[in-house]
Amino acid sequence: MFDLLGIPPQALFGQLLIGLINGSFYALLSLGLAVIFGMLNIINFAHGALYMLGAFVAWFLLEYAGISYWWALIVAPVAVGLVGLIIERTMLKQLYKLDHLYGLLLTFGLALVIQGLFRNEFGSSGLPYQIPEALQGGQNLGFMFLPNYRAWVIVVSLVLCLATWYAIERTKLGAYLRAATENPSLVQAFGINVPRLISLTYAFGVALAAIAGVLAAPIYRVSPLMGADLIIVVFAVVVIGGMGSILGSTITGFGLGVIEGLTKVFYPEASNTVIFVIMAVVLFVKPAGLFGRAA
Amino acid sequence: MASNRSAALVRPAGEARPVHQYYAFALLVAFLLVAPSFMYPVFLMNVLCFALFACAFNLLIGYVGLLSFGHAAFLGTGGYVCAHAAKVWGLPPELAILTGTAAATLLGLVFGLIAIRRQGIYFAMITLALAQMVYFYALQAPWTGGEDGIQAVPQGMMFGVIDLRQPLALYAVVLAIFLAGFLLIYRAIHSPFGQILKAIRENEPRALSLGYKPDQYKLVAFVLSAALSGIAGSTKAVVFQLASLTDVHWGMSGEVVLMTLLGGLGTVFGPVVGAFVIVAMQNYLAQIGSWVVVAQGAIFVICVLTFRRGLIGEIGRALKKPL
Repeated sequence: MFDLLGIPPQALFGQLLIGLINGSFYALLSLGLAVIFGMLNIINFAHGALYMLGAFVAWFLLEYAGISYWWALIVAPVAVGLVGLIIERTMLKQLYKLDHLYGLLLTFGLALVIQGLFRNEFGSSGLPYQIPEALQGGQNLGFMFLPNYRAWVIVVSLVLCLATWYAIERTKLGAYLRAATENPSLVQAFGINVPRLISLTYAFGVALAAIAGVLAAPIYRVSPLMGADLIIVVFAVVVIGGMGSILGSTITGFGLGVIEGLTKVFYPEASNTVIFVIMAVVLFVKPAGLFGRAA
Repeated sequence: MASNRSAALVRPAGEARPVHQYYAFALLVAFLLVAPSFMYPVFLMNVLCFALFACAFNLLIGYVGLLSFGHAAFLGTGGYVCAHAAKVWGLPPELAILTGTAAATLLGLVFGLIAIRRQGIYFAMITLALAQMVYFYALQAPWTGGEDGIQAVPQGMMFGVIDLRQPLALYAVVLAIFLAGFLLIYRAIHSPFGQILKAIRENEPRALSLGYKPDQYKLVAFVLSAALSGIAGSTKAVVFQLASLTDVHWGMSGEVVLMTLLGGLGTVFGPVVGAFVIVAMQNYLAQIGSWVVVAQGAIFVICVLTFRRGLIGEIGRALKKPL
């Protein structure tokens, strides 16, 4: 076997894999944030809490109804999407005419409420969730061992990101969406129900977070605070990538996950902060973000 | 922010000085002077530290329109450096507080230079991310004591004569620091400098076209806010003889937003009242434990949906006088 800069390949590829896994979640979550921001002009601080909610829906289904992971992958995003729909219809809707910062404050409050309620009920240590049978085990690739479930997470995340890109950039609905982002009143004048489009966009964005939550359930423990710190990293990812482009969010998400993983190998002390440092550097070099349009 | 648009018209040129604000200030000082006779000094000192912190935060959100979601970094840095200076270097309290404040100011300068490159929502996300960096640093660095924080910080003799181990002497010092910070902010927002800040908040391109450099003004306001947060954090470390991770956590950044929002964004007295209510809530609702976070989240939601002027903002509106 070969050695790379004195690092055993198992450690290197192991961290690279963890980086790709983290990157899958960064990509999915920042994608949802970008889609919501594009349409509603708010940053959804509750995104981490709704990601956690997705994981908990999967756990509830298995624990109380014996419903499997595969159904959870469908039920959780629908359920959380409905929660999102209610949040948008009853609360966010009232804020569109105000400064965008109020949306941030409201969703921050919602995140505190949701996470607080779950922490009162389930404590903060987290609950285990089994990897579904079909995805247990792994492949020996010669240079490393690849657990099937981890490969599955990366593939699903990539597919979802590409599908979202396709839906927004290449379909008719996506064209409406992009038009409504540019000029809502004109699109409304053409007879398209823009408020409904906005509601559905929010629901779709948080449904992506819920899917990420279900995917995360077997890897990390299902815990009330699983989204709380993650969302801050995702914010940094969003600032680095800029929210203008869907493929940009995907590339930034995966790329930063890998960089974080590599940092764990070469300089572990900085692994928690490397993304924030990159953010600071990017802000100096290209304030609009790597894929962002100038404000 | 939108609801502050009216607050910008605090004092159009030529109008009399805001006498009612002087009355309100006199009332506040009178209350704080007699309060130790019927309230715990430690509780009051906690309120005063957070009130100063919230006033410093309000300087940014209320008068420049910048929402910083990372102000815990300055509070915490001030606290940690002050605690370290007092405990390890053996500095007297006044120098320890000064050192803590200087550290927070320096950090404010660095963060400010990075964060003012973006506005609005991005500004909030950037400050939050930068503050998280400080949190991880405090968690890992050897001198901050990790999960334990820096405990048993000596209080000592201020200026060699004031014994801070006496609760009332300590209270007097904390009150003096708070009032000095409060008056400094009041002076700043009622000065030409403050008027320019408000002009930038209302219409940045216009301020630019009039020849002001918005970035420089924003940076000065940011550093001033960081410095005052640093004083609040340093003082807090001396009062509680402790610097801990709670003070650098993002939850603390959220709390100061909540205090200011509840009291009234862009009001002079709002942050003080907001700090009082939130600290009292944490103290007296301590028996319901973690429900406090849920209650805070609910207050956030209610404030944003129905109560955007905040307590003092609403009172000021009812009296038709900005407070």
